[in-house]
Amino acid sequence: MEDQNKTSRTKLIISRLFAYIFVGFFCILCIFFFYLLVLNSTKTNFELQGKFSFIPGTNFITNFTNAINDDFVKIPVGMVNSFIVASISALLTTYFSALTAYATYVYDFKLKKLVTTFIIGVMMIPSQVSAAGFVQLAFKFGLTNKLWVLIIPSIAAPAVYFYMKQYLEATLPLEMIEAARIDGSSEFATFNRIVLPIMKPAVAVQMIFSFVGSWNNFFLPGLLLTEPELKTVPIMISQLRSADFAKFDLGKLYMFILLAILPVVVVYLLLSKFIIKGVTSGSVKG
Amino acid sequence: MKKGKQQPISYAKWGYIFIIPFFVVYIIFTLYPQILTFYNSFFENYKEGLTQVGPNFVGLDNYIQLLSPGSDGTIDIFKYFGNTMIMWIAGAIPQFVVALLLALIFTSSRLKLKGQGFAKAVIYMPNLIMASAFAMLFFSLFSTVGPINKMLIDSGILDKAIDFASIKITARGLVAVMNFIMWFGNTTIVLMAGIMGIDEALFESARIDGATSTHVFTDITLPLLRPILVYVMITSLIGGLQMFDVPQVLSKGVGMPDRSTFTVVMYLNNYLGGSKNYGMAGAISVILFVITGILSILVFKLMKKED
Repeated sequence: MEDQNKTSRTKLIISRLFAYIFVGFFCILCIFFFYLLVLNSTKTNFELQGKFSFIPGTNFITNFTNAINDDFVKIPVGMVNSFIVASISALLTTYFSALTAYATYVYDFKLKKLVTTFIIGVMMIPSQVSAAGFVQLAFKFGLTNKLWVLIIPSIAAPAVYFYMKQYLEATLPLEMIEAARIDGSSEFATFNRIVLPIMKPAVAVQMIFSFVGSWNNFFLPGLLLTEPELKTVPIMISQLRSADFAKFDLGKLYMFILLAILPVVVVYLLLSKFIIKGVTSGSVKG
Repeated sequence: MKKGKQQPISYAKWGYIFIIPFFVVYIIFTLYPQILTFYNSFFENYKEGLTQVGPNFVGLDNYIQLLSPGSDGTIDIFKYFGNTMIMWIAGAIPQFVVALLLALIFTSSRLKLKGQGFAKAVIYMPNLIMASAFAMLFFSLFSTVGPINKMLIDSGILDKAIDFASIKITARGLVAVMNFIMWFGNTTIVLMAGIMGIDEALFESARIDGATSTHVFTDITLPLLRPILVYVMITSLIGGLQMFDVPQVLSKGVGMPDRSTFTVVMYLNNYLGGSKNYGMAGAISVILFVITGILSILVFKLMKKED
């Protein structure tokens, strides 16, 4: 018996060791390139063109001032535009997807089955498939260079709906809605005050996903936003690719990239605990 | 849950009211543009310099043009679809395998690793990174004057710098590696949520019955995780077909070298950009739509067959 315990303990220690190495490797892989980014953003162009070294430079502040005052790439303007689009989109997409999922889960109505099947069916259609028509209409009605045109469509997000619906099916007992009704809660208030709080973990996760999606979004904004004052960050960053690396200030280049990703990383560091907690508390117990 | 015994709720109108915003927006901003896209694929409609050509009805001419071999004998759309799939698969296979392993490690009640919260936060972070900025970072780091080449030369692995972005295999490899880094953490978190959604009592009783961890995985975790695995795979596949930002930025929009990193959506983007060729863009969209549909159904069928 004791021997068996010993071997199973040795086994556990070995598998634990392998797990640590495995997890550690992928953590390092994720950090390494961003470490290089931060490192390079502290160096002068001269240092960057020369021999590589892991010793940080002292040019961080200068690179920062050069980047935010650049006339060609107006990164502060782009960051404000991106933030407006991404944050409002994330709020709209989670709220209305949850509401729609709730409607098709709780209520029995004639078109319910059709509605559910339709949304899940169109979920697989890539958004690019409607892009040509979208761009055509935007140019026809003079709606290019308008941020709201990129925000409003996020109200209808089939993939988020699907996630919310599954979450509701797993977590929300219909008895709870009945109980709220008996207590005199109106249908809309029941959703806002009782159902939404229950859905918090799902809402939080989807908010992050959709914020990321919107912040990363390059395709459609790239076709619709042409005015320098309205460009979002991805469009500005992609313009850097045309720079001549032999002449361009590489310190400034790395600073641009750092500025483009830093706000999201900061927001994430604040919300990551909430997200992970939300995911773990979302588990269904018998 | 006893769904069958639920009393019918007589609040049907609220069901309709609550779905109005979703459907109104969907119809105006997605469905109508989509129908317009398909409709336009049968018309000649583009700008040549400053002159507008069309719209003239041309039947299937756009499709015929799209599916005809070019001067070098290759059919462009097939080539770009192939590029897209090669780069997606190269990133997605390790993505699913690594994510599933990580999710199992993180949820294991036997291993109980320390620092999990930190590790999860780290591996999910790249998903938040703007794809175009990440591609720009990779381009800079892997350029001939970039730190990766310098490190490889300094350590004696390379004699002279490699231009990663202009060699077919390394350029595609960079795209696949970037896709992997950006998405495996996301997949891990989603799969973890799925594993944790499984009733703990099932694992408990399996353990009491003396089931091995392999058995627990194949007989409990995997079957119960299937709906979420299907969801993750379908969304990843659709995301893969839409691959645009990374190769667009990395290859400066031309899919270098020799259009080997040129994707379907980059092709679409080319027609929608300068020439505003809504006819050809429409035809590409329809083909993308059909391919996505077929692949989605295939994934669904494959997952069902395993039952």
